[in-house]
Amino acid sequence: MRERRETLKNPEHASRTFRLRAALAAIVVVLLSATLVGRLVYLQVIQHQTYVTRSENNRVRVEPLPPTRGLIYDRNGKLLAENRPTFNLTLVRERVDDLDATLELLVDLLDLPEVEVDEFRERSRQRQRPYQPALLMTDLTEIQVAKLALNRHRLPGVEVQTQLLRYYPDAEIMSHALGYVGRINAEELKQLDPGNYAGTHFIGKTGVEYFYEEQLHGRAGLRKVETNARGRVLRELGHTDPTPGADLTLTIDKDMQQLAYQLLDGRRGAIVAIAPQSGEIIAMASVPGFDTNQFVTGIDVKSYRDLQEDIDLPLFNRATRGSYPAGSTIKPFMSISGLREGVITPDTVIFDPGYYQLPNDDRRYRNWLRWGHGRVNLERALAVSNNTYFYSLAHEMGIDRIHDDLLDFGFGTRVAADVAGQGDGLLPSRDWKRARFNQAWYPGETLSVGIGQGYLQITPLQLAAATATLANRGHWVRPRLAKEIGDNPVPVNLPDTPPDIEIGNDSYWDSVFSGMQKVLSGVEGTARRTGAGLQYHMAGKSGTAQVFSLGQNEKYNAAELRERLRDHALFMAFAPVEDPQIAIAVIVENAGGGSTHAAGLARAMADAWIIDHNSGRPVDDDSAAAGDDLAARREDD
Amino acid sequence: MPMDFVRSLRGYPVRPPVGGISRRKTIWQRLHIDPWLVGLLLLLMMGGLVVLYSASGENLHMVIAQAIRFGVALLVMLVLAQFTPSALMRWAFPAYLVGILMLLAVEILGDIGMGAQRWLVIPGVVRFQPSELMKLAMPMMVAAWISRHELPPNWKVLLGCAALITIPVGLIARQPDLGTSLLVAAAAVFVILLAGLSWKFIGVMVAGAGAALPVLWMNMHDYQKQRVLTFLDPESDPLGAGWNIIQSTTAIGSGGIWGKGWLHGTQSQLEFLPERHTDFIVAVLGEEFGLIGMLVVLTLYLLIIARGMWLAGAAQDTFGRLLGGAIILTFFIYVFVNIGMVSGILPVVGVPLPLVSYGGTSSVTLMAGFGILMAVHAHRRLLPR
Repeated sequence: MRERRETLKNPEHASRTFRLRAALAAIVVVLLSATLVGRLVYLQVIQHQTYVTRSENNRVRVEPLPPTRGLIYDRNGKLLAENRPTFNLTLVRERVDDLDATLELLVDLLDLPEVEVDEFRERSRQRQRPYQPALLMTDLTEIQVAKLALNRHRLPGVEVQTQLLRYYPDAEIMSHALGYVGRINAEELKQLDPGNYAGTHFIGKTGVEYFYEEQLHGRAGLRKVETNARGRVLRELGHTDPTPGADLTLTIDKDMQQLAYQLLDGRRGAIVAIAPQSGEIIAMASVPGFDTNQFVTGIDVKSYRDLQEDIDLPLFNRATRGSYPAGSTIKPFMSISGLREGVITPDTVIFDPGYYQLPNDDRRYRNWLRWGHGRVNLERALAVSNNTYFYSLAHEMGIDRIHDDLLDFGFGTRVAADVAGQGDGLLPSRDWKRARFNQAWYPGETLSVGIGQGYLQITPLQLAAATATLANRGHWVRPRLAKEIGDNPVPVNLPDTPPDIEIGNDSYWDSVFSGMQKVLSGVEGTARRTGAGLQYHMAGKSGTAQVFSLGQNEKYNAAELRERLRDHALFMAFAPVEDPQIAIAVIVENAGGGSTHAAGLARAMADAWIIDHNSGRPVDDDSAAAGDDLAARREDD
Repeated sequence: MPMDFVRSLRGYPVRPPVGGISRRKTIWQRLHIDPWLVGLLLLLMMGGLVVLYSASGENLHMVIAQAIRFGVALLVMLVLAQFTPSALMRWAFPAYLVGILMLLAVEILGDIGMGAQRWLVIPGVVRFQPSELMKLAMPMMVAAWISRHELPPNWKVLLGCAALITIPVGLIARQPDLGTSLLVAAAAVFVILLAGLSWKFIGVMVAGAGAALPVLWMNMHDYQKQRVLTFLDPESDPLGAGWNIIQSTTAIGSGGIWGKGWLHGTQSQLEFLPERHTDFIVAVLGEEFGLIGMLVVLTLYLLIIARGMWLAGAAQDTFGRLLGGAIILTFFIYVFVNIGMVSGILPVVGVPLPLVSYGGTSSVTLMAGFGILMAVHAHRRLLPR
């Protein structure tokens, strides 16, 4: 208030200052305006003739030279994505006299279905620059090309251009991992560097094609050409060559990928296999797949709707985005966590009456075997997949430590370095539940997480990555899909690699591995049938995940409904135990128990990689064979 | 009565009621509108629509849409002109605060378009750019703050100003929208300059700004750097950003003194010119109407600015003067930056040509500014000077 009065005391002064400043501002305004006028006079009077020449025969035109997209190979140099020469129909609007009539004639000649005509017209309108051909149609048939050639005189401005079009020889088995390219849409156009993409019509939409778009695309070149008033090129004045996109060598093994796909064929599920020591993703299959080549040329509306509405969700990448309860496959990771936190030792023994009870709680958390496994130590708990042991372990650890330790294995995170569209899964914590449901965490929920149920959700990729880290005795190598970009190998140690998991006593790893080995070759092992006749040491863990709800799909018949309410079968494994070459995660939706319905798939993958494929490891061990015999005898009982 | 009307046209105040008998007010005074300024603005708008018809490729829908926006903008102006300066002063802080909150909202959940987060979207209801609100709220706030204290402002007041400016400008720059953040900052700086900042201080600030340039450069996004580099050498990127400058200077230069005639600009009509109905509309004007057309439009702008300055100067309180002056100077900056950019003496920043370029938000903001300008002039407190 005091200051306010002071201002009012001297209004004359304030007003004078303002006028002085306003006058100064006016002078600056006039000076700047004079600058503009000066510039305009320079352009429009002094340099007028130069610009008239430049504009009147606006003849020097810069044309983009699109780069050739890099090829994609599998780890053995087998081609996964190539460029196939095709015929495209283009139109330069400036050179067409009557656009509607021309389009009419084209629709007629090419015999286009009615649904595509509108899109066709739409495309004739979108382009980036004058005298820039607009792409009307890709992949013309020979007959169409011939018809156009015959009618060429009636179609000024319409041209058939040859162009390289992406082609995927093994589209279906590679569909999710490799992804596909498609026409650049308006949304993407806004984000792109217009210079570099001036002549490019396609862009990576998903998978590797999307992730490595920049490297695969290359740099556009340009050529300056002289044209006449109608835009026809008279001669070339000079040019810069485009830099072709880098070829990409993936870590994927096409044969292994094919095997994974075949193992799941007719079912729904995912298999991810990683070479633990290098982090290389050998196979990453999501079944069912789809024909990605359809998307390159532009899929028609009906086929797309069919794909989208298919109840098997072929467009959904189960391997990277599918969220499943981990089931008992979480138990090896829980074991390591318990040993790490000092909650258990390999010798800790509990008595299992067939259920577990929280203190002061009547509710019984059941083991899958009603009458219980009796005295159980860590190895046996893993081998027979005892729930009571892990209820107890989970309870003693508490959700906070479980969360932190499982996080170290990569659960709840996007583990792979260069896989597009990874899901997070769900690693629950107190904070998460507070934020999500505004509820406190209940001790019973910790028990569920301890056996891989409850809120915990994992993706097959996460499970495979965690298995690889386990096989590496806690040493993290980020899973990756690219082996070489151009001539540059991708280094094993990538930035942002999670820190290694340290345990005080190194022999603890062996205890867990031994328990996992007994899953396949122990007398009581849950997957001992699958383990019969193993020629190397394999460590694994089965899992059976309960399906809680169906989701929005409600229109199936009863039989199908029952099928889709069945449990998901899971299996995680790595082999050989002494020198891990492959870590595998298998998920088969609604197949039933993991030991019977998923373990065999993991073994088939490991067999193929270790015995047939790598033709590597000598098959020696007698003890393995002995274990097999035991297991076989036991199963005969 | 006729005499009164003429007096009002000249902007003279109508005498306060004498002896309880109130003299009749003119319609303009009742509406609190300055007829000269409105007349000039309408002329500019009509000219703008004529150019737009050509620039849009004779698209009548676009012209009508633009005319409707002008109608809305005039309505906004009319409404804002009804506020008294003291009401505006009271509203300065709330408006400023809301602006900041919305900028924060954009920061957190803004729609990502063109690689920059600028829009606040309530789906199906409204798409709004909070930085537009800041273009007015910023000078209002600073003017309110300064006029609350003794003039010329001492260093404490200036420190307050610095804080008031830095927060929103920083937020807008982070979107990133360097052009708008500089314009918003300019509006505030004009208020301070008009308030009578000492020359010594101005010298220090200019030196400081010079020193800050390298820091700014290092913090710029790649595309922003690219624009500056392209400006320095358009030929370096003839396919990308340089294309705009090459084509727009060619359009203007080839227009000559008399121009190629309405709808006859080859550069514009053959679509060599990018964004020719929005940011680069001046190139169409220059090509089709030549130097003469450019001078006419420039003169129109200068008349608007002169009238605006006069109105601001005739305001009765410090707040009104400072705010009005800042609004009109910012208006000039728009004109200068846009024409400078299209004619190739300034780097390309996304600034439309006021009331000529196609686009709704900026017209409404500009006319809202003029509404405020009229408000501070028309509402006179009946105090002896």
